[in-house]
Amino acid sequence: MNTIAYITFRGMLGRRRALLLFILPAVLLLLSIGLRVTGNADLDTAAALLTQFGLGALLPLLALLAGTGVIGPEIDDGQIMYLMTKPIARPIISTTKYLVAVALVVGFGVVPIFVSGLIMNGLTAGLASGFALGALVGGIAYCALFVALAVMSRFAVTIGLIYALVWENLIGRYASGARTLSVRQWAISVTDLGTNATSVTSEVHGSTAVPLLIVLTVLGVAVAGWKLRTLSITGSD
Amino acid sequence: MTSVIHDIGYRHYDGPRLGRAYAVRSLFTHNLRAAYGLGRPVKAKIMPFLLFTIMLLPAAISVAITALASSIGSGQSINLIRYSAYAVYLQPLIAIFLAAQSPVLASRDLRFHVTPLYFSRPLSRLDYVLAKYGALTAALFILLGTPITILFIGALATKQKHLGTHALDWAGGLVGCLMFALVLAAIGLVVAAFTPRRGFGVTAVMAVYLISTAAVTSIQGIAESQTKFGVARWAGVFTPFNLVDDVQVWALGAKSSSPEPPPSGLGGPVFTLVCVAVVAGSLAILYQRFRKAGAR
Repeated sequence: MNTIAYITFRGMLGRRRALLLFILPAVLLLLSIGLRVTGNADLDTAAALLTQFGLGALLPLLALLAGTGVIGPEIDDGQIMYLMTKPIARPIISTTKYLVAVALVVGFGVVPIFVSGLIMNGLTAGLASGFALGALVGGIAYCALFVALAVMSRFAVTIGLIYALVWENLIGRYASGARTLSVRQWAISVTDLGTNATSVTSEVHGSTAVPLLIVLTVLGVAVAGWKLRTLSITGSD
Repeated sequence: MTSVIHDIGYRHYDGPRLGRAYAVRSLFTHNLRAAYGLGRPVKAKIMPFLLFTIMLLPAAISVAITALASSIGSGQSINLIRYSAYAVYLQPLIAIFLAAQSPVLASRDLRFHVTPLYFSRPLSRLDYVLAKYGALTAALFILLGTPITILFIGALATKQKHLGTHALDWAGGLVGCLMFALVLAAIGLVVAAFTPRRGFGVTAVMAVYLISTAAVTSIQGIAESQTKFGVARWAGVFTPFNLVDDVQVWALGAKSSSPEPPPSGLGGPVFTLVCVAVVAGSLAILYQRFRKAGAR
């Protein structure tokens, strides 16, 4: 299990994809430093930036990159065979890779969001810690969803993008029903529970969001493990 | 010992050599087809055609609603979606199409190291890059132009007022689509050419779109609330859809559909120059990239 985690970490951090992992949080930190320096970093602005950019763009993108990146390319070029022919239960392989994805999202997403909150507002109103909490649970759920997608389909990245952009962004903007089934709204809801700032409001109540987050996470991890057991390797394009 | 090349009776080829123009044309057609998954397995067709269909839906619905409204006699208050606004409203879908299909064109030749096979033909590196760029631009133009044309046909069929203005707006909209296609294809190909691993290119193209858009929208919102309208307008230059929409507004007199109109005065020309610079710079980078990859 340690070896699988080590190999996955090395695969994720050793290539150009690592550059993207560093650039995404760097943009957030630069923006928050810019706001602080120009004196615009009041509580409402900070909450808006962290909601729109942090939870709305950075988190899903990082989770997509990490969640599909830990297992997708290996399935694609057939290297996963070398892992699957070892006497390791397949759900353990997928779960280990899932945990690596979560660790990456925490390192490159949750921590920068917390630091960005600190830069803009210090610890006022629990804004930084609230957003860190929201990003953490959101990241855990997103990763489960995207790892499961990566095991199920070769087009996991595109499907994940359609979910995050078309469903959560485009349809969610006009149809309020779509917002109930949106990881982003659940994350905002959990953030709402953790902060006193009034500018953070979610339309999904915590009592709906938390169970749904748990269900999605458990389901994602279970489906990934179950699907990997019957995986058939076909040639890449 | 002396070696001899024996003539073992293979037939020589003495037909016509089709040459460089033919090679470029074939590459263009092949890549245009590949962008929609034609000539490839069903699995490769699902995504582009799904996105293409979703792109058409709002136009079809808009035409249907307008037709219905005019048939019950309340057609005055209901308008078709504006031609120039269509791409801006549906930008997430266009971005996904770009992200999903530009690696198909730019990454696969690099991943499987087949560029030397192309360059052993009478085809220069520049021809290769231009054919790929032209193919993706054409694919995007089809994606953007078809729904607009459906809207225009809808306008003709439901006998809208001021059909002359409609025709002009539609033509302007098509020019706008071409500008969107040119700029987006350039960005997509460059990013995809540097990320040959499967799946990663998709995320990288998407990251460029999503991060720039989210960052610029945040900055514009904050600048608006601080009444710094100049900053808000100039910030639009950093995100592709706002950039091209502002050029549309300045050059074609379209109504602004993105969050911010172009800055007054120098704004329009500068934004246009930025578009040209993006396309020219991307082609230069692609040329360098494929020259190096071909030499390996």
